[in-house]
Amino acid sequence: MSVKVRIPTILRTYTGGDSEVTAEGGTLSEVITDLEKNHQGIAARVLDDAGKLRRFVNVYVNDDDVRFEQGLETLTPDGAGVSIIPAVAGGC
Amino acid sequence: MAAQAVEVTENASSVTLGPAVGLSCRECGERFPLGPIFACASCFGPLEVAYELPDGDPEQLRKQIEAGPHNIWRYAPLLPVPADVAEKPNLNPGFTKLVKADNLARELGVTGGLYVKDDSGNPTHSFKDRVVAIAVEAARAFGFTTLSCSSTGNLAGAVGAAARRAGFRSCVFIPHDLEAGKVVMAAVYGGDLVGIEGNYDDVNRFCSELIGDPLGEGWGFVNVNLRPYYGEGSKTLAYEICEQLGWELPDQIVIPVASGSQLTKIDKGLKELIALGLVEEKPYRIYGAQAEGCSPVSTAFKAGHDVVRPQKPDTIAKSLAIGNPADGPYVLDIARRTGGAVEDVNDEQVVDAIKLLARTEGIFAETAGGVTVGVTKKLLEEGLLDPTLSTVILNTGDGLKTLDAVAPTTGPTATIRPSLDAFRSAGLAS
Repeated sequence: MSVKVRIPTILRTYTGGDSEVTAEGGTLSEVITDLEKNHQGIAARVLDDAGKLRRFVNVYVNDDDVRFEQGLETLTPDGAGVSIIPAVAGGC
Repeated sequence: MAAQAVEVTENASSVTLGPAVGLSCRECGERFPLGPIFACASCFGPLEVAYELPDGDPEQLRKQIEAGPHNIWRYAPLLPVPADVAEKPNLNPGFTKLVKADNLARELGVTGGLYVKDDSGNPTHSFKDRVVAIAVEAARAFGFTTLSCSSTGNLAGAVGAAARRAGFRSCVFIPHDLEAGKVVMAAVYGGDLVGIEGNYDDVNRFCSELIGDPLGEGWGFVNVNLRPYYGEGSKTLAYEICEQLGWELPDQIVIPVASGSQLTKIDKGLKELIALGLVEEKPYRIYGAQAEGCSPVSTAFKAGHDVVRPQKPDTIAKSLAIGNPADGPYVLDIARRTGGAVEDVNDEQVVDAIKLLARTEGIFAETAGGVTVGVTKKLLEEGLLDPTLSTVILNTGDGLKTLDAVAPTTGPTATIRPSLDAFRSAGLAS
């Protein structure tokens, strides 16, 4: 399964400045593992020491926040868009 | 694109914003130079402004503040703004009324003194003018030409108005189904207003993606890439409340919670006043108020969790309808640290509370104010708020913006012919 991953500005040092990269994987967890293979260091920015999504990272598969789905086990169908976004935006 | 973003940051490191000396991550403590960045590059944690605050005689500082303008710029020595900020075109919000709410206190059985900090008195009738005023100065310092935001309504109006006064273009984003009053107030200033088909969290996600795209280059999003500065505006609520109480800390404060930023910054402001010797240190309790239909933080508080699970909002309190609150974990920390609580009320209780405040104090609050008053009542009934202590309630916006919430149950007592007989017959004479 091939997906497109949108990379936030603060992670683009790992992708050579690219704002979008492709990755392989049937679940979000597999996608992150594949990202790490090609962009070493990126997984540790997105995941904490226990291997969970950091609390200030939002990840969307297509339009769905993975916290409303199955978290890291959320399915990533072929051609899906994955967005990694800092959570510390918005509000009053 | 990435190179350009870095370049902006490097240029920005030479800017001067009063006592601000840099940005620091609330999670891991990493420091960054002042710039239009908002998330830690190491851990994604939120960045906040670090200061070198005045260390002189507190009495001198107090006198300097008291001699300042009757707006938030009287606290300029404690804010990330240039020293001559009061000379620049800005909406100059703040120094709103702190109303001693004796009638409401009697109704609720509060004996220790009850006050309403009424921020509907700001230029665009909500507390958002405070945070936007600070963001405008940061945008100016970083050379942005367009001001933007994701908004539940009040912020869109505040950004639209402030942009016009300060000479920026504005383009703001809101959920497509907001209250008519807020849409009109956001649109009237003439900047671009864009309705997004989705809820606030969808709008926020869109803005976060736009900021990382060439389409958003040169844009200052007040609550995204300017968020560390913007948030500091809420500290002025803490400063004003204490100054208006005669430079004293209140015992208890009840604050509405959307993203939670306001509550965390009020706590920061109170701690700064103590550190500066401007108020005498004593324990204070901070309480958060949410609507039941969007209560991710109160749900986590009551369950004893330290992680906030996002919710899909469904409440009339649209200005608080943030299902994925950025500062939620910090609200939990503060409520627990100070001995406060986070509670929620349903929509019917929100409407009742709006009417209660209007009936007792002549203050017409928007739905967020109804949430805060309703939660105050509930906390008192639950024994979580001490009626014998001084208590401040925040009203963060004007009821004229959310007429839809009360219109179905509010209207004329009678409609009569223009005659004394008709008046007498209607039973309104005494």
